[in-house]
Amino acid sequence: MAGLGFEETELRLGLPGGGGNDAGEAARSSGKRGFADTIDLKLKLQPASAAPAASSDDDGVEEEEKEAVAAAAVTPAGDGKMKSQSSVVTAQAQPDPDKPRAPKAQAVGWPPVRSFRKNVLAVKSEKVSLVKVSMDGAPYLRKIDLAMYKTYQDLSMALHNMFGSSKIKDENNDDEMVHTYEDKDGDWMLVGDVPWEMFVESCKRLRMMKGSEAIGLAPRAMEKRKTRS
Amino acid sequence: MSEEDDDQPPAAKRPRASPPPDQVLDNVLETVLQFLDSARDRCAASLVCRSWHRAESATRVSVSVRNLLAASPARVARRFPNARHILLKGRPRFADFNLLPPGWAGADFRPWAAAVASSAFPALASFSLKRITVTDHDLHLLSRSLPSSFRDLHLLLCDGFSSAGLASIASHCRGLRVLDVVDCEINDDDDDAVVDWVAAFPPGPTDLESLSFECYARPVSFAALEALVARSPRLTRLGVNEHVSLGQLRRLMAHTPRLTHLGTGAFRLGDGPEDVGLDVEQMASAFASAARNSTLVSLSGFREFEPEYLPAIAAVSVNLTTLDFSYCPVTPDQFIPFVGQCHNLETLYVLDSVRDEGLQATARTCKKLQVLHVLPLNAHEDADELVTEVGLTAIAEGCRELRSTLFFCQSMTNAAVIAVSQNCIDLKVFRLCIMGRHQPDHVTGEPMDEGFGAIVRNCSKLTRLSTSGRLTDRAFEYIGKYAKSLRTLSVAFAGDSDLALQHILQGCSKLEKLEIRDCPFGDAGLLSGLHHFYNMRFLWMSGCNLTLQGCKEVALILPRLVVELINSHPENEKTDAVDILYMYRSLEGPREDVPPFVKIL
Repeated sequence: MAGLGFEETELRLGLPGGGGNDAGEAARSSGKRGFADTIDLKLKLQPASAAPAASSDDDGVEEEEKEAVAAAAVTPAGDGKMKSQSSVVTAQAQPDPDKPRAPKAQAVGWPPVRSFRKNVLAVKSEKVSLVKVSMDGAPYLRKIDLAMYKTYQDLSMALHNMFGSSKIKDENNDDEMVHTYEDKDGDWMLVGDVPWEMFVESCKRLRMMKGSEAIGLAPRAMEKRKTRS
Repeated sequence: MSEEDDDQPPAAKRPRASPPPDQVLDNVLETVLQFLDSARDRCAASLVCRSWHRAESATRVSVSVRNLLAASPARVARRFPNARHILLKGRPRFADFNLLPPGWAGADFRPWAAAVASSAFPALASFSLKRITVTDHDLHLLSRSLPSSFRDLHLLLCDGFSSAGLASIASHCRGLRVLDVVDCEINDDDDDAVVDWVAAFPPGPTDLESLSFECYARPVSFAALEALVARSPRLTRLGVNEHVSLGQLRRLMAHTPRLTHLGTGAFRLGDGPEDVGLDVEQMASAFASAARNSTLVSLSGFREFEPEYLPAIAAVSVNLTTLDFSYCPVTPDQFIPFVGQCHNLETLYVLDSVRDEGLQATARTCKKLQVLHVLPLNAHEDADELVTEVGLTAIAEGCRELRSTLFFCQSMTNAAVIAVSQNCIDLKVFRLCIMGRHQPDHVTGEPMDEGFGAIVRNCSKLTRLSTSGRLTDRAFEYIGKYAKSLRTLSVAFAGDSDLALQHILQGCSKLEKLEIRDCPFGDAGLLSGLHHFYNMRFLWMSGCNLTLQGCKEVALILPRLVVELINSHPENEKTDAVDILYMYRSLEGPREDVPPFVKIL
């Protein structure tokens, strides 16, 4: 858990005292772990104040971080030199020092970037789930990216925007569009029955068919048509 | 002199003096004071004597309650009955980074909605709310009881409401001119309950001048949006969300030839009919039309941008004064040719994906730049280093009119920060976030003390500072000694001892807001500020070494402070150590609606 001031207090194989000042920190200032971390032990200090000793029952990085930070906070580190402190190796010492290094443990709310900004990278790398969409009576098929939507409501709105208020819809009140999809098994299902994530996984193509043709899916289809907007 | 309204005593209710000369004086005073705009001047005027206080209170038009907990709506209404513009700020800023446990409940709009409903502010024209929890019920109540003078609603970093609340406002606030919903967290989790609030605006021409919903996470009905925009002839600022495609944007722009501010939405092709066959040239000509009027000066959005369409905005680049690319991971190759034309840019928000080369290009061209935010593409301590001291130095040397900067990086050098301090002497806001905690100068290995010391020494107008990196007590000695105009200070993972906090509290005489996290500061440091706390809006200290005793002592000595101890880990039996201290002055005393993890001393 380097980066919390622990670099001043970590156990190292090297000259005691001398190598632990700012020059030593500079060597690892790129933030990448150095030699000391290959030892791969997590050290927790006995804090000097009333805070309880780090328990080995802690789970969750946040909890650990908070305690560790409190522990680091009481470390007298005025001159920046490495001190040998009594350290407690916790039960959470990683068992395999040869494992590829895990990313540095994060502190809560650090770096101070608001959560809605944190997804910029994530959005770009999201998988795309393109499916063909056909609407009975429309001459062309369209393609839609299911990964862009989070719920059935969103999909419904998008389909409405895409196909607009077409003639087919206005013609006949009885003949509203029913949204169906073909799943992995090749069966035609009614959209909306399964949880959204499951739907995105299994949907191969979408078809908006006239209600009157959805006999095979009725009576549920007819029932649903009445209760849905 | 603080610009707060909340530290002034409420107006004493006295009957007007009966002899005519006094009455004439009051009338004259009111007439004259109406010309006084600045909040600080008004505060000063109100302290002269009782009749000035009365006159000033009667004529105060803009009221700012920058800590919601400092003054109740009833008190504000009693003193400023003619308030037209009300600004309210709620949660402390560190709540944005999840440091404040949910359920803290100190930022509820409810009492204000109730006050408006009982006609407390008959002349109200605008509400600006920041970091406040506003429920649908509040918006429902508000929309039905706001006076007809009401025009503008700004919600920034607010939460608690959903599309239903927005629909209430849209449908019931006749004459609404501004509806700006910015960076808010909107509860639209319940599928069945999502309301098409855009369609809720009544038919017929609207008075809308500004409509912004870039943060709204759900798709809106494009037909309704286009129709709304088409019937809003006064619309000059439009910010759409990420579900509006390029083709749809083009349609909207055709209806709004005099736009000044545009939030571009997804900036990529969508699946709808509006996008069929859309190419770069067509988009470019849409922006060229906007450029011809020379009105479009601000662009934002680009939430899922497709780089091949970026050239479409080239036509307006020379007119731009504000560009927000903070959701747009442009590479240097994409960014540099574009920024090379932005000679008039004054405000720029970018991601560090532009790299040092992008910053260098900015420095070469944007000589009028005043505000620069460089945000991290990947907000982690282990992330790749995309911008360095090279970029910061280039900016310092090229953009000498810089007033405000927020800069995220993995590591930094003192030399670069010193360069900023020497070149940008008008700097008012300097926020450097070295994401690696305790990172020293990566070239010299020294702490970042000298860099921040140079900033406070050379930039005498500095009002806001955020520190980062490895800092010893010396850095804070500099801050206390030189940062005499500083009003806001943010410190994280820094300092060695209580001395640092002492330097701050005893040196920074204008300090109003202090937020500290994870520093080795204890009771002694806290108590060194007793002389100053009444002059501050708030103090936040989390992850430090405070104890119950120290905080109790403060509460005892300063009764008009509300001292909240917030425990974000209630499962831990921490008897004496304080997790979070949030302390603020208030005219109302301790609040009543405290959750179990909050203790008010």
